[in-house]
Amino acid sequence: MSAPTKRSHRRALVAILVAAGALAAIPYAGLPLFYESFLYLVFHWIVLATSWNILSGYTGYFSFGHGAFFGAGMYTTAVLASRFDVPFLWTLPAAAGVAMLLGASLGTVVFRAREIHGELFALVTLAFTFVVGTIVLNTSIDGGPGLYLSGVPVPVIGPSGASSFYYMGLALALGTLLIAFGIVHSKFGAGLFAIHDDEDVAEVMGVPTFWYKIAAFSVSCGLAGMAGGIYALFVSYVTAGETFSIIVPLTVVLMSVLGGTRHWAGPAVGAAVITALLYSFTAGNHAIAGKAVFGAVLIVVILFMPQGILGWFSRRRPVKCNGPEVQQGMMLSNALARSQPKRAASTDRVLVARGLRKAFRGVQALDGVDVEIRRGEILGLLGPNGSGKSTFINLVSGHYRPDAGEILFEGRDLANCPAHEIARGGIARTYQIPRPFANLTVRDNVTVAAMFGSANLSREAAERESQKWLDFTQLARRADVRPDELNLHQRKFLELARALASRPSVVLLDEVLSGLMPTEINEAVDLIHAIRDQGATIVFVEHVMRAVMALTDRIVVLNHGLVIAEGSAAEVMARPEVVTAYLGRSHA
Amino acid sequence: MALPSLALLAQSILSGIFIGALYGLLGLGLSLSWGLLRQINLAHFALAFLGAYLCYQLSAVGGMDPLVAMLLIVPSFFIIGVALQWVFARFRISAFNSLLVTFGLTVIIEAVIQAIWTADFRRLTSVYGDTTFRVGGLYVPMSELLTLVLSVTLSLAIWAVLRYTDGGRAMRAAAEDGGIATAFGVNQKALAMLLSGTCAALAGVAGVCIALSYTLAPSQIYTWIGVVFAAVMLGGLGRALGPLIAGIVIGVSEAVTMAVTAPSWAPLVSFSLLIIVLLVRPHKA
Repeated sequence: MSAPTKRSHRRALVAILVAAGALAAIPYAGLPLFYESFLYLVFHWIVLATSWNILSGYTGYFSFGHGAFFGAGMYTTAVLASRFDVPFLWTLPAAAGVAMLLGASLGTVVFRAREIHGELFALVTLAFTFVVGTIVLNTSIDGGPGLYLSGVPVPVIGPSGASSFYYMGLALALGTLLIAFGIVHSKFGAGLFAIHDDEDVAEVMGVPTFWYKIAAFSVSCGLAGMAGGIYALFVSYVTAGETFSIIVPLTVVLMSVLGGTRHWAGPAVGAAVITALLYSFTAGNHAIAGKAVFGAVLIVVILFMPQGILGWFSRRRPVKCNGPEVQQGMMLSNALARSQPKRAASTDRVLVARGLRKAFRGVQALDGVDVEIRRGEILGLLGPNGSGKSTFINLVSGHYRPDAGEILFEGRDLANCPAHEIARGGIARTYQIPRPFANLTVRDNVTVAAMFGSANLSREAAERESQKWLDFTQLARRADVRPDELNLHQRKFLELARALASRPSVVLLDEVLSGLMPTEINEAVDLIHAIRDQGATIVFVEHVMRAVMALTDRIVVLNHGLVIAEGSAAEVMARPEVVTAYLGRSHA
Repeated sequence: MALPSLALLAQSILSGIFIGALYGLLGLGLSLSWGLLRQINLAHFALAFLGAYLCYQLSAVGGMDPLVAMLLIVPSFFIIGVALQWVFARFRISAFNSLLVTFGLTVIIEAVIQAIWTADFRRLTSVYGDTTFRVGGLYVPMSELLTLVLSVTLSLAIWAVLRYTDGGRAMRAAAEDGGIATAFGVNQKALAMLLSGTCAALAGVAGVCIALSYTLAPSQIYTWIGVVFAAVMLGGLGRALGPLIAGIVIGVSEAVTMAVTAPSWAPLVSFSLLIIVLLVRPHKA
C-alpha cells in the first residue's frame, strides 16, 4: 500500500471514531428524547444495510433474505428474554450466533450449486425467508399471536432508559462500519470484489470463492441478527408476519444502492438519507404526499446517479496519472537482472498429463491425451480450431474436471483439486479473450493476482509486486484506469501481468497473440522470452506460426482430441499428418 | 392431522388452480419484462392494483360492467407501459436499478391510490363476483373461472406469438443479444416498447381480475410480491406458459397444504418446493 492511501485510511478511521465520540455525547446534551429514538433507528438501518452489503454489495450476490437473519436474531432475543429470563444483553451474542449459523448453513447448500447467482440467489434467499417465517409462526417459537417483551427489563446505559437503545445502536453501528471498512481494505475484501466481477476467473486466480462467500455471508447475517435482537426489545412486540417479509430486504437494497454498494460507507449514507426522509414525511401531517416524494426521490437518484451517491462522487474525481511513462527498456532489464536466466530446458518433468479425457454433451474434446511438460521449457500446443487445446488449459487450470485421466503437477494429482488450490500451487493462465475484473483498476487487477496466486502476498506486498509487473508490461501509466479503457493489446498485456504477478512456476498462455498487430506481436514475443528467463515454464497455445517457430523449444500437436505429433517445431510442422490436419488432405 | 374428505380435497385443488391462474396472470407480464427486457418490474403489482381500483371506480361508482371497464383500462395501461420503457431506454437502467426505480414508482402509485380511495378496504360487488356455479358437487365462482379463462387464453396467445410470429422471434432474439439482433434488422426499440406496453396491459387485466374476486386495500400491493416472484422464477424468465404452470403448481400445493394442515403452513410447501427445484435443477428455473 502506498503511503498516501495509508494516510487516507488512517484519516477515515479517525473520522469514524471522532464522529462516534461526538454522537456518544448527544444523550447528555439535553435534546428532546425523540431525537434519541430517531437516531437509534438511523443506527439500526445503518447496521442492516451495511451488513447486507458485506455479502451482496461486495460479491454481487444480491440477497433478498436479510429479513430471515434479522428475524432470527429478533426471535432468539425475544424467546430467550421473555420465556427463559435470560438477561437482555446476554441474548445479543446468541442472536448473532443463531443468525450466523443459519446463514452459514444456507450458504453451504446454495453456494455449492454453481448456477445459483443473480436473480436465482435473490429468489432462493427470499423463499428461505418465507420458509423460516412459516416455521416460526406455526411452531412454539411464536405460536401465532406474537411475542411480547414488555416484561423484559431494559438495561440502563447512559442518562435514561431511552438512551440505552441509542448507545446499543451506536455501538453496533460503529462496530459494523469498522468491520466493513476493515473488509474493504483487506485481502478478503479484494477477493470479494474479484468474485463480483468474474467468479470463475477469481477462482482460477486463487481466490477460495466458496469459503469467501460463506465467510462474508456469516458476518453479514451475524450483524443483522444482533441488530434484530436490539430491535426486538425496542419494539417490544414481535410478530412473524411483519418480521419475515420482503420489506426488510427491499429497504436495505434500496439504501445500499442509493448510497453506493462499492464503498464501505455507501449503505450507511443511504440508510441515513432514507430513514431521515421516511421519518420526516411520516412524522408530519402529509404522510401520503411524503410517500410520493420518497418514491420520486428514489427514482431521480437512481436515474441520475446509478452508481449511488458515493459512487457518483468517487467517479467524478479525476483519475491521476502516475507521472511520465517509465522507460520500458530499462524496466525490462531491471526486472530481468533480478532473476537468473535458465536457458537450457531440463528433462525434469514439472507437469504430466496422462490419459486425459473430457466430453461435452457427446463431443469428445479430449480423447486420452498424454502430454509431458519439462521444467523451464516453452511448449507450443498447436492444432486446428476445436482440436482440444483450450479444453486442455481449462482442465489443467481446474476450470473443468476431467472425465478420466490424471494431471500430475510436481508429483501431485490436480484432477480433482479446486481451481484456487491449483493457482496457489503455482499454475497461472491467461484467457484468449481477456477477462479482466471490469470494476477494478488495472493496478488492482494485478494486485489481486499477486495476493491470491502462488505468491500469496499480503495486500501491501502485493501492491508493490503489482507495480513491478505493471512496469514490466508497460501498463504503469494506465494503472489507475479501468480495464474497459484499455485497447486490446493492453488488455492482453494485462492478462500477462496478472499471470506473472502470481509468481507461477507454470504459465498457460491461451492465444495471447491473436488479434495483435505485427509490431505488437514482436513486443509480446520479447515479453514471453523474458517471462521464461525468470524461471517459469510456459505452455503456449498459438496460431501465429512465426511466433511459434521463434519461441518454442518443443511442440505438441492436437487434432480431434488426440496428440498427433510431438517434437521440435521445424521437424513436427513438416510431418504429413500435421500438414493434413491443418490444410486438409490433398486430392490432386 | 386428519385427512380431509375427497370432496374437500377436490374443492381445494380447484381453488388452488384458480388462485394459481391469478399468480400466473400477474406473473406473465413480470416474467416477460424480466426475461426479455431485463427489467425487474416491481411496479407491475402497483399497476395491477391501480387497474383494480380503476375497475372498482368505473363499475361500483360509474355503473359500468367490469369487462367493459377492462376494455378502457387495457389500452391506457398499454400507453403507460410504452412511456415506462421510453424512460428505461433513455437512462439505460440496469436490471437491479430497474428494481429500485420501479419500487419508487410503486410507492408513488400506492400514495396516489391512498390519496384517492383512502386506506380503507374496498369491495366491488358485481354479477361475476356473486354468481357461483355448482359442478358435480364443486363450487365454481364465476369471477375466478373468468380469471382462469383469461389467464390461460392470454398465456397461450403470447406463447404462440413469441413462438410462431416474426415479431415474437425477433423479440426473443433481441433479448439474447440486442446488438446482433439490431444488425439483422430487428427494430429493438420499437419491440421493447411494444412488449413493455403489453406487460402493463397485462397488469391491467390482472387488476380487473383482482377487483372481481378480492377485497382491495393499498397495502395489498405488497402481499402478492413474494409468491408471484416465486411463480415467475420457477416458470422460467421470459417464458409465456411458465408462470401459469408454476403458478398453478404453487397454488394447488398451497391449497392442499391448507386442507391437510392449517392455512398458515401453506407457504412452507410452496417455497420449500421452490428452493428444492432451484437447487436440484437450476437450469430449468
